[in-house]
This record gives sequence, structure tokens and C-alpha cells, in this order.
Amino acid sequence: MPVGDLLPELVLLIGAVVIVLFASFSPQRLQHWGASLALLTLAIAVVITAGQGEAPPKLTFSGVWSLDRATVAAKLLILVSGGFAVALSPRWMANDRRHGEYYALILFSLLGAIMMASATDSMELTIGVLLSSVASYPLVAYHRAWAPALEAGMKYFLMGALANALFVIGIVLIFGLTGATGYAEIATELNRNPDPVVVIAALTFVFIGLAFKLGAFPVYAWMPDVAQGAPAPIAALLTVVPKIAAALALARFVQLLPVSLAWPWVIAVLATLTMTLGNLAALWQQDLRRLLGWSAVSQSGYALVAVTVVGATDMAVPSLLVFLAAYAVANLAAFGAVTHLRGRTALKHYQGLAHVRPWSAVVIVLALLSFVGIPPLVGFFGKLLLFQAAIDGGYTWLAVVAVANTVLSLFYYLRVISPMIFAKAAGEYAVLGRGSAVVMLGAGLLVLGLGLGAQLLIHYVDGVVLLPK
Amino acid sequence: MILTAALGIPLLGALALAFWPRWQEQQARVFAIITAVVPLLLMLWSWVRFDPSGPLFQLVEEVEWVPSLGMGFRLGVDGIALAIATMSALLFTAAAAYPVDTKGMPRQYYAWVLFLESVSLGVFLSLDLLLFYVFFDLNLVGMYFLIGRWGHGRPQYSALKFFLYTLLGSLALLLAILGLYLASEPRTFDMRELIAQQPLAGVAPAAGLVLLGFVLGFAIKTPLVPFHTWLPQAHVDAPAPASAILAGVLLKMGTFGLIRIPYSMMRQTFADYALWLAILAVISILYGAVVALGQGDLKRRIAYTSINHMGYTVLGIAVAGALLEGSETARQLALTGATIEMVAHGLITGSLFLIAGSFWERGKSYDMDYYGGLGAKAPMMTGLTALAAFASLGLPGLAGFVAEFHIFVGTFGVYPWLAGIALLGILITAALFLQMLQRLFFGKLPPQWSGFPDLRVSEWTVLGVLLAFVVIIGVYPSFLIDIIEPTSRWLVGAG
Repeated sequence: MPVGDLLPELVLLIGAVVIVLFASFSPQRLQHWGASLALLTLAIAVVITAGQGEAPPKLTFSGVWSLDRATVAAKLLILVSGGFAVALSPRWMANDRRHGEYYALILFSLLGAIMMASATDSMELTIGVLLSSVASYPLVAYHRAWAPALEAGMKYFLMGALANALFVIGIVLIFGLTGATGYAEIATELNRNPDPVVVIAALTFVFIGLAFKLGAFPVYAWMPDVAQGAPAPIAALLTVVPKIAAALALARFVQLLPVSLAWPWVIAVLATLTMTLGNLAALWQQDLRRLLGWSAVSQSGYALVAVTVVGATDMAVPSLLVFLAAYAVANLAAFGAVTHLRGRTALKHYQGLAHVRPWSAVVIVLALLSFVGIPPLVGFFGKLLLFQAAIDGGYTWLAVVAVANTVLSLFYYLRVISPMIFAKAAGEYAVLGRGSAVVMLGAGLLVLGLGLGAQLLIHYVDGVVLLPK
Repeated sequence: MILTAALGIPLLGALALAFWPRWQEQQARVFAIITAVVPLLLMLWSWVRFDPSGPLFQLVEEVEWVPSLGMGFRLGVDGIALAIATMSALLFTAAAAYPVDTKGMPRQYYAWVLFLESVSLGVFLSLDLLLFYVFFDLNLVGMYFLIGRWGHGRPQYSALKFFLYTLLGSLALLLAILGLYLASEPRTFDMRELIAQQPLAGVAPAAGLVLLGFVLGFAIKTPLVPFHTWLPQAHVDAPAPASAILAGVLLKMGTFGLIRIPYSMMRQTFADYALWLAILAVISILYGAVVALGQGDLKRRIAYTSINHMGYTVLGIAVAGALLEGSETARQLALTGATIEMVAHGLITGSLFLIAGSFWERGKSYDMDYYGGLGAKAPMMTGLTALAAFASLGLPGLAGFVAEFHIFVGTFGVYPWLAGIALLGILITAALFLQMLQRLFFGKLPPQWSGFPDLRVSEWTVLGVLLAFVVIIGVYPSFLIDIIEPTSRWLVGAG
């Protein structure tokens, strides 16, 4: 068994177990050491994963696990995003009497996401989806004495349970049709035109399951609640990491499907609905965290644009990865600022922020303008490549839809920016501390830096493909 | 390094202002003026170094930025870019020097003005499509903050409308840029390369769509009727120097972009649809003039005359691109005229908006009927306003006439009937400016204005410099034409 191929995942697993043990046997005042342990684990995993990117792409463990550059890029993104969320947490969780295992749950949820991104086997994918979900439910409801957190946790759990159940049914149906779990065999069997009704049912269920993780139509309603009710660092984590994993898993999965199924149209329609509904819901939000949650929904729609053209152009997968990286950085910056400002939610409480906390305001403005795609911020290159892939793949209309949605989204982003900059300050702005400030500024710097240095990002994913192809 | 310095120095100046908390109003202003003058000097130096008989693009600077995409930091000028960039640098200096109420935030105000100067020059100087887009988009950000924070009336609403509307144009432009890029072989954003390649030539539906994207993007920016509705609102609520920049520099990006991108890079498609563009331009000319005549608000009136004047410019461009060969002289005249119109409009309308700002500062109103009979009280203001108004209506001997004469002579050579219709616009413009002067400066002086102060030194020196160039271009246009002509000759294909 090529155990070495799983080294980053094993590191995560061992790190998580160590944290659970540590949390069980250490006194309350030492619980925050869990964060340091988690960061150490993530750092080791990042270094090992980066090394994997140098090797030629291959499938490992009897073809159930892919080690290609696209997967490595997604894994790095997942790990680094997880690192940001962990780094934001210690002060935020300081009042929680028992929070050591919080960090272990984060690591488990990252492990699940990595499995989703890497799986080339339907059973592997199922386990990834389930692990990522199960570890995330308690994280959302971690503020167990606070009603909105419980509501968010409950919604997330109920929707997730339903979506995951349907997903498993879909996978089972596919197994029944093809007699295989490996992606390569599934692709071959699906090309032999099995019963179309069953295929459509199976695919519908699988799409629903992945749409839940992605926060896309039709299972997106949990996103704003999680953004609002979960601990702010977890909101940052769950609006970013499952999306990266699910987008990659979906892109890999749709590659298997025969062209005769017209699946690109299905994804294109899902993309349109997700973008538009997310944006429309965000328009009049009075709560910044809910607004960011809806904006995260609409961003899933953009990601689906890249998935639509996966079969049509080589630019699709690189553009998806650059877009996801850009989104992740900007979203972490935005939620980093929210965390730094002690999670304040109501939009009107952000009035005049620029006069009192200029740096927090600058980071939020940079993040939102990056979502819009204003150059030279990193979000611009994400959207640029996305539009390019859409046009090259023959889906110009989808690029036009995305453009219309971008203009729509600018409206609500400006609803945040305008009072923050133009209004007079309304009272004090308490902040969390130096740790969250550093993380927030770091993410804000990346929004600008990765834009100016976009070559690094784009070069890394230049020409990557998703195995098995 | 001249061009990089021309846009790098104001950017550094903006950063210095943003991060130097101790500067007071006066220090910030002096620093901003000095920093804004540097690009002007650099552009003048480029003017000297520019060789009209040399290659099309000169003073080229090139650094790779995102080589994976074929994007680079490429700068360079042809005659048209040089003329407009120099005018822009002059106007930015004037805007920085013109006294304005900075609402207790002088550093931020001047930082945004300098930022805007940097990115505006970037638009005119870039030789890379994507770089062009980067600067084009950043303009919106700068102008959004200037209007939103230092405007009056309903500044945030106007700023929002401005940003939303023009972002739509930008994104249409982005899609078109990508369309052009994907059709190029090898793929590149290098403008020189794209002009040489003429991608999409003869690819029927795709070329039309890409052209539509470009025209939509630039028509919103210019603006052409019916995409103009963001403009009057933005102008009325913007602070005076921002209005001057908006009209004088930002609108030029639309017409300059038309010349630089669709005109130069898709000659054949542009020629196929030039007539439609010309018709749109004539509609703008007439509509802008008629609506301007109906405005009682000084700033709105000037804003609508901008639509009228930009219509002349677009008409000149459409005429120049109407044919692939033949009528070279007429088309070249039209293109030269369009460029002079851009320069002239920048100087003239920039001055008019600054004057409107002086009215606001004195009376907190733009309503023309609120004033009147000021001729005797404020002779300097009357004189300079009259000069700008006459220049704007196209009086011979002033810059506006030179431009419009070129455009009309060119248009008569290609679309004589359109030229005939467009001439009506000149008549209406004359009427509306004369009426404006009459309502502001003649008639009975309302009693509350018995102490109306005339222009201060800081105001009339700025206006004097701007309008001096209007006169110089009017009586001695050849210094400008000599720079533009080789480029326009090249662009109409007359060698």
C-alpha cells in the first residue's frame, strides 16, 4: 500500500486525534493550545501537500484517490483556508469553557473536504461528503446557549441530512446501474446507455447532494443562517472550504457523464439560478453576515459557470481553481474583519467604520470589490478566467448572465461600503485583539497581493486537468 | 521610463497623502498641486521627444505582468494618445489647484484626485488591452469615492448610480476584450499585436457581437444617447473639480477607446456598422443640444452639452472608420477633428464646470434664474464664462471651431446628409449658451447679490490657463494637428 501518498491526510487525522486527547485531559485554561496544535498540523500538511504537486499526476490506492496538480491546488486551498479559520478562533472561543475539541472538528471537516476533492471513487466521495458534513454540524451550533446558533445548526443539519441521504441514494443507484464505484468504470458503463430514467434520477440526487456542500440551488438556504449564527471563524470556514471541495468533486464527476445527457445545460441552469437567487436575496439584507452568506451563494453560481464548460475547454479547471482561490481569500478577509470587529452583524452598526477603524474598513472594501471583480484585485483574475472559459466553451450567454449578476451584486456591496465610508461613526467599535487583526490584514494583503502577483496563481494551475481524464 | 513615471508619481503621491496623517489643508493642497504638475511636465517632455514622422507607437515601455495570459505592463503613445493624455494632465493640475471645500478631509480628497490622475493617464497610455481595462475600471472606483464623499445634493445616490451604470459598460467591454483575445493567434493582449492581426475579420456573427460589446461599453462611458442617463445626475452632485475631471477626462475614455480598440483592431467590422454608430452620434448631438436648452440648472445644462459634443467626436470617429479605403482625406480630417474635439471639450467643459463650482460656492445653487445681472458685479467671471461659452458653441478663432470644422468637412465627404442634420446641433448649442450667459450675467441684479464676489486669484489663474490653451488651439492649431495628423493618416489607411 502506497501509504506515503496519503501523508497529508494522515497528518490531519493524527493531529485531530491528538487534539481530542489533549482536550480531554487538559485543564480549561490550556484549551486554547488546541489552536496551536491545529496550526502545526496544518503547516505540516501544507508542506507535504506542496511536495505532492511536483510529482507527475497519478491515481493511487487502486485508483480511488487522485494525486494530480488540480487536486493538490485544491487541497492547498482547503488547508490554508482552514489555517485562517483556526488562527481567527482562539480569542473568539476564549469564553467557551470547553473548546479544545473545536479544533479537532475543524481538522475533521477539512479532512472530509480533502477527501471530496481527491476522490475518484464514488464510495470515497460519499465518505468525504459525510465526514465533512458530520464534523461541521456541531461547529455551527458551537455557541450552544445562543438561539440563532442553534437555529442555524438545526437548519444546517436537517438540510444536510436530507441532501446527504439523497446523495447516498444517487450513488447507490449509479452502483446498481454500472456495478462499479471507480470513476473510470462508471464512465465506461454510463457510455453504454443504461436506463435513462434511472440515470437521470441518480444524477439528480448526486447533484442535490453536492449542491448542498456547494451552497448552490436548490439546497442553499443554510448558507445565510450559518454565516449569521455560527461562530464567525466557522462562518468563514464553511462558506469557503466545502465549496472548494464540492466544486472540484462536481467538476470531476461531470467529466464522467456522456455528452448525450446534455448535463452542461443542467449545470448552466443551476449556475444561473444560484447566482441570481443569491444576489436577489442579498440585495436588501440588513445584516452584514447574512449578506455575506447570500453573496457566498451567488459566488457558488459563478463557480458552476466553470463546471459547465469542464468538458468543452481546457481552461475550465484552471479557471475554476483561480476563481475559488480568489473567492476564498476575499471571503476570509471579509469574515476576518467581521471576526475582528467581534462579529457585529447589523449593517447600520457599521456606519462610519472607516473613521474609527480604518484598517478594518479597508479590508472589507478590498474584499467586497474583489468579489465584484475590480482589478487589480485577485477577484478580477478569477472572473476574467471564468468569463474566458465560458466564452471559449461556447457559453457566452452564461458569461453575459454572470456579468448582469456582477452589476447586481455591486449594488449590495455598495450598500455596505457606502455607510461605512460616507456616514458618521456611530459609537465605539470594540475589536477582538491583535491575533484577529493580523489574520484579517494578512487576508486583505493577499486580496491585493495575489491580484498584483496573479502570475503565481495562474502559472500554478496552468494546463491542469482532473483525473481520470 | 517617462510614461511609467507619469502615472507612477501621482500614485505614489496619493499613497503619501493617504498615509501621512499630519498634513493640514494647505500642505496637502500644495503637495497635490506639485505632484499633479509632474505628469504634465513629463507629458510635455514626451511631446518634445515624440517624432511625428516616426513609428506609430513611441516611447514604448514593456514589462511582463501575467505572461501566462499574455498580459503585460505595456505603455506607449501615438499622436492621439499623446494629445489627450497631455490635456488630461493639464486638467488634473487645474482640478487640484481649483479651490474646493474638502469637508475637513483634505488628505483623502487630494489622494483620490491624484489616484484618479494616475489611473486616467494609464487608460490613455496603455498598450495592453487588459491593462487598459484595469485602469478603465479603477477610474470608476476613484470617481465613486470622490462623488460619494465630497458631493452635495444626494451624493451617495448619484455615486451609486454612476458606479452601477458604468460598471455595466465596463463588463460589456471586458467580454468584448475576451472575445477579441480568444480570436487572436497567438493569444495576446498586446495592442500592437492585435492591430496587426485584426482578429475576427470576416467571422460574421462573432465579430458583430464583439463589436457590440465594445460599442456598448464605450457608449455608456462617452455617453451616447440612450445610455447617458447616469451622467447629468453624477455631474450635478459631484464637487466641481470632480465634474471637470469627469467631463474632461473620463468621458474621453469612451471615445478614445473607440478609436484605440474597435476602430483599430477590427477595421472591417467597424466599417460594416459605422453608419449605425454615426446615426447614434447624430441623435446624441441633437438630443443633447435640445435637452440642454431645456435645463434651468447650470450644471445640468453643461452636462447635456457634453453629450452633444461627445456626439460630434463619435461622429468623426464613425466617419473615419466608415470605409476601408477611399475618401482618405475626408476621413482623416474627421479623425483629426474628433481628436481635437476631445482636447477642446476637455479644456472648455472642464472650465465651465469649474465656473459652475464657483457659482455653487457663492450661492449654493445651480439654478440659473437664482442669479442674474452679475455682469457688472463680477466682470472677471463674466468674461471667462463668456469666453468658455463661445468656445463651446464653436466660435471661429477658438478651439471648438477648429474641431467641429474638421469633423463637418470630413462628414460631408462621407455622409453628407448626416452632416446636414448634425449642423442643426450647432445652431441649438449657440442658442443655449447665449441664453445661459444672458440669464446669469445680464438683466436685473437680484438684491441679495449686491455683494457678489468676483473670481479670486486662485480661481481665475486656473481658468485663465485652461482658456489660454483654448485660444491658442483656436488661432494656432497646427502645433496640435502636427502631432495628431500622422497617427490619423495611419489609422485611415493613407500610409
